[in-house]
Amino acid sequence: MTQAEIKLCSLLLQEHFGEIVEKIGVHLIRTGSQPLRVIAHDTGTSLDQVKKALCVLIQHNLVIYQVHKRGVVEYEAQCSRVLRMLRYPRYIYTAKTLYSDTGELIVEELLLNGKMTMSAVVKKVADRLTETMEDGKTMDYAEVSNTFVRLADTHFVQRCPWVPATENSDPGPLPPAPILVISEKDMYLVPKLSLIGKGKRRRSSDEDAAGEPKAKRPKHNTDNKEPIPDDGIYWQANLDRFHQHFRDQAIVSAVANRMDQTSSEIVRTMLRMSEITTPSTAPFTQPLSSNEIFRSLPVGYNISKQVLDQYLTLLADDPLEFVGKSGDSGGGMYVINLHKALGSLATATLESVVQERFGSRCARIFRLVLQKKHLEQKQVEDFAMIPAKEAKDMLYKMLSGNFISLQEIPKTPDHAPSRTFYLYTVNILSAARMLLHRCYKSIANLIERRQFETKENKRLLEKSQRVEAIIASMQATGAEDAQLQEIEEMITVPERQQLETLKRNVNKSAS
Amino acid sequence: MAGNKGRGRAAYTFNIEAVGFGRGEKLPDVVLKPPPLFPDTDYKPVPLKAGEGEDYMLALKQELRETMKRMPYYIETPEEKQDWRRLPREMMPRKKCKKGPKSEKAKDTGKGTSLTNTADVLKKIEELEKRGDGEKSDEENEEKEGSKEKSKEGDEEEDDDAAEQEEYDEEEQEEENDYINSYFEDGDDFGADSDDNMDEATY
Repeated sequence: MTQAEIKLCSLLLQEHFGEIVEKIGVHLIRTGSQPLRVIAHDTGTSLDQVKKALCVLIQHNLVIYQVHKRGVVEYEAQCSRVLRMLRYPRYIYTAKTLYSDTGELIVEELLLNGKMTMSAVVKKVADRLTETMEDGKTMDYAEVSNTFVRLADTHFVQRCPWVPATENSDPGPLPPAPILVISEKDMYLVPKLSLIGKGKRRRSSDEDAAGEPKAKRPKHNTDNKEPIPDDGIYWQANLDRFHQHFRDQAIVSAVANRMDQTSSEIVRTMLRMSEITTPSTAPFTQPLSSNEIFRSLPVGYNISKQVLDQYLTLLADDPLEFVGKSGDSGGGMYVINLHKALGSLATATLESVVQERFGSRCARIFRLVLQKKHLEQKQVEDFAMIPAKEAKDMLYKMLSGNFISLQEIPKTPDHAPSRTFYLYTVNILSAARMLLHRCYKSIANLIERRQFETKENKRLLEKSQRVEAIIASMQATGAEDAQLQEIEEMITVPERQQLETLKRNVNKSAS
Repeated sequence: MAGNKGRGRAAYTFNIEAVGFGRGEKLPDVVLKPPPLFPDTDYKPVPLKAGEGEDYMLALKQELRETMKRMPYYIETPEEKQDWRRLPREMMPRKKCKKGPKSEKAKDTGKGTSLTNTADVLKKIEELEKRGDGEKSDEENEEKEGSKEKSKEGDEEEDDDAAEQEEYDEEEQEEENDYINSYFEDGDDFGADSDDNMDEATY
């Protein structure tokens, strides 16, 4: 893990879970797999704290444990999973677009809590939805359950590995840590629950305070009496499926930009048909016949079979090679070349970054080197039709930015510089990795900057919050306009401007 | 290697044409210091993507940050070790939920009554510190609290400044403790969730 990634992980853990979890998490990311005592000793924290922190991290799938020989349990942190925390808002927004508010809240609860049982999720989401509904209306558990089942069917949520049900004939000593199992076919199996009930609205505060001590005890008793029907079956959000969805979205929008709306719809249909049948890391989707695609097109699209065939041929012949033809049966078998499509998208991103940073002439040189693979200095000047001095300058700028690299080809075994060819080339993978690393670094910088700005202006923020609270309470009690005006003037104009700038900067750094 | 120093100074060891400079051309200036930390860029960055979706995600993000801080998974920093003998008794926060199992508490009260001698207390503390285990230091703190009433002598461990700073920290901590206490009273789910997973993870 690079330094920038570790720094970003540290900032994320600190913001979401606090100092102690951050310390333990970063230590594990840096040093790899370690047992409990060594962690406590190296970080200098008490065993108690370490246990609590590890529980939190394991609950959120950020740390895994393994039993090694002699019964030692070792804990390992997953840096890439910590970085996924950056994408939580995007996952939740995707769920909202696909399954509306209910789906959004289900995914949000699962992400906030790491793992939950289905009954717990359904209850919490129903309560939250009831809060937002009008008075008198409540959210039924059945509706939330239905959305949950749909999410499980489309693989957006999956079951966590579970403790295997052992036959109790073996009375040997218990292992220090359970070995959790997971089977492919059971991963999306929803347990048969009959969750009957409605969401509860949280009552107003005075009822709450008086009724609470009494209500707490009977509620606790009823919880104990009814056994949780799906005890031990925990669910988590399936991040890979969300990534697959993002990938599909990117491909579809690329096709829409390059060609037209109809072709993007065709590609979207093809991707939707292969959602569940194709594993997420496959180089291309399963072949789909033109007839199948025609049948699965969305209802609103009235294009005839010939038009569809023409579009498919056009897509297959396109130099970008997003779609390929793999056979002729069934009116033509077509596949989507996933790896090629993603490669082209990455290359396009690199080109656009070069253009924005160095200018369009540099971009021309970059595209040239990409196309011709290896070029000498002289050839670059000739092909790009740019004067030698400027071409040299631009090449060196890109070289120091690590977008372009040099390949040495010696003529003689002693690698003498005067008798060696130096060729410019673009190594796409390494350039893409460099760009990603740069992005992580900028995010870390932005988070630091946001924290700094918030700290500097803490006093002002608190003051404005207080004023808002006062205004709200006064409006509730029906104050006069003049009084409201007076209170608003408590914040002077320059302070107000400062607040505006601060809000804008913070929002910019946050987005 | 050293022989050519006088004569071959003007010649390069490689073909200068290949790098791109013509013969006899003026070479660029020698760089004397590292490039500036925030160099001026010729091209300004593209504006951020803004739209309904992005606005919603921004609001979500800020909400998530706030919500995470209130969840039971957010572990606050523990309060610093105080020397309770130097502070008025009412400063000590009354912990409603004791850390550690009940057996520890029973052991504590037992030890508290038996160790009435200050010398014994100090010796015990030294022993425990040598062992250097975090759990024991918690115990030892509780021991100190218990036997504080009995021991009158002070130790030269803390300075006045440190005590004042700790007082201030402790005030903050005490406020936070109150908040946490009331939160614990409200939360039904706190015990259930974390206990389940503690069974899986600890040994």
